[in-house]
Amino acid sequence: MPQTLTEKILSRAAGKSVSPGDVVEINVDIAAFHDLTGYHVIEVMEKAGMLKVFDKQKIVIAFDHLAPPPDVRSAEIQTQIRKFVKQLSIPNFHDINVGILHQILLEKYANPGYVIVAADSHTTTSGAVGAFAQGLGASDVAAAVITGKTWIMVPQPFKITLEGKPGKWINGKDVSLKILGDFKADYFNGMSIEVFVKEPSAFPMDFRATVSNMGIEMNADALMFVPDEETINYIKTNRGYEPPTIRPDEEAKYVDEYTIELNKLEPLVAAPHSVDNVKTVNEVEGLDVDQVYIGSCTNGRLSDFEMAAKILKGKRVKTRCIAIPASYDLFKKAMDLGYIEILVNAGCVVTYGTCGPCLGGHFGVAGPGETIVSTSSRNFKGRMGSNDSKVYLSGPAVAAATALEGKITDPRRFS
Amino acid sequence: MIVEGKVLKFGDKIDTDIIIPARYLKYTDPQYLAQHAMEPLDPEFYKKASAGVILVAGKVFGMGSSREQAAIALKAAGVKAIIAESFARIFYRNAINNGLPAIVLPDATKLINQDDYVKVNVETGEIIVNNQKVYKGRGITGMPLKILESGGLLDYLKKVSVKG
Repeated sequence: MPQTLTEKILSRAAGKSVSPGDVVEINVDIAAFHDLTGYHVIEVMEKAGMLKVFDKQKIVIAFDHLAPPPDVRSAEIQTQIRKFVKQLSIPNFHDINVGILHQILLEKYANPGYVIVAADSHTTTSGAVGAFAQGLGASDVAAAVITGKTWIMVPQPFKITLEGKPGKWINGKDVSLKILGDFKADYFNGMSIEVFVKEPSAFPMDFRATVSNMGIEMNADALMFVPDEETINYIKTNRGYEPPTIRPDEEAKYVDEYTIELNKLEPLVAAPHSVDNVKTVNEVEGLDVDQVYIGSCTNGRLSDFEMAAKILKGKRVKTRCIAIPASYDLFKKAMDLGYIEILVNAGCVVTYGTCGPCLGGHFGVAGPGETIVSTSSRNFKGRMGSNDSKVYLSGPAVAAATALEGKITDPRRFS
Repeated sequence: MIVEGKVLKFGDKIDTDIIIPARYLKYTDPQYLAQHAMEPLDPEFYKKASAGVILVAGKVFGMGSSREQAAIALKAAGVKAIIAESFARIFYRNAINNGLPAIVLPDATKLINQDDYVKVNVETGEIIVNNQKVYKGRGITGMPLKILESGGLLDYLKKVSVKG
């Protein structure tokens, strides 16, 4: 029988042919966690009396949510995890100087066809290279870390096709928001989304990572880009080897499908307090903003900084603007390309490799009554700090244009 | 397994940042988390839930973060079960893994009202409202039921590893 990408990956992982609706035990290729959930994972392992890992090479740990630690408890959490890493000799450990877990998984570990589970919902990001990747809670991840297995209900596959080329200021965020606006946040519950890109080079890995990242906002079980030459080029360039290829069969059946014409997209935003409260930038243009955040595992990549730098070059921002590349490697690249200098000269506060403001953690928490434009993934009530703050989600072009004008601004004014 | 209690009702898309804001995630102590459960929507939630309640909610309850503290906080606050029109996948697993029954009932928010008294058969999904109306939700069976009956994944794993 012809199989979708979802069925192919999960059949291999289950060691038998699976179909949507089946509940099966599967082997995982990578189990990962970060500081904020990691101490909880270790706590569960300790309580179960099973402080062991199924395969050291397949565990990935990164410090990002509390990095560098903003208080003593955060430092204590990191100390506990460093002790665990040392005790079990975990090789793939990334301390505060490397970056956000999902970006590191993409840069160094995720391969097409992999099953990846991690104690963070945005694990879906690794779907950008065609991995079936999903977030789980601390208990489930603890079980996966110990046994190398988890259980899953095989999701219903849904096909999305991206056609044409996106315009100058359009980014993966606009595709995510388009899907969320059209389908709403509950539609894909129990489904996995497989995305086919008609012109692979027109939708680069950075854009794909943003869309996969927000697969969890669509409540999809996974959001995977079907591996193509763009996937192979990305892994070859970053890691020096050609990844295994896996594609769905031509005749594979999907529950439904949907096409997005990239050239017709316009800059979109998600208004408070819901990710599917999507509007065009023109519908909210002119609204006063207190702070802009460019970064996070959603939109902290090189092309995001390139877009922001194009808009901010030689100018000064009118709002507070915080900019955080998603990894130290990206920070260095952005520095070499001059983007960091442009942002600093424009008045942005720039640091690297922390989740910081995205979850109201540190380095830019929203105060009462404040309005934020953020390139991160969520605008839930109180997400970035005060319950009385408002978060508008956007891509980096809208965010940079907004920082420049002090109010929500259409980046197409900067052609 | 039967659970019962008075209904506290919420709408669609109750996300994990509402259930337990990120600033409380550096601890896993159930009592500490319980005091901050649902704080952004209702700072009095902890007091209201303490007598033992059934939450009724709309679509994708628990959407968002993987934080297991969301399930821990609700259970410790006094929530006996959650009946929702649908659940976010990660939250659903976290609830079961922490011994908190989660029952799917389409149209739950239309069928059940605030302050109703509800009895839930966790296994069959049968829901009796005010000793009168009976609705059929999606019960919990198979391995999730075994986990739930053990009190959570940790206790289930201990039991299985002792047997094994």
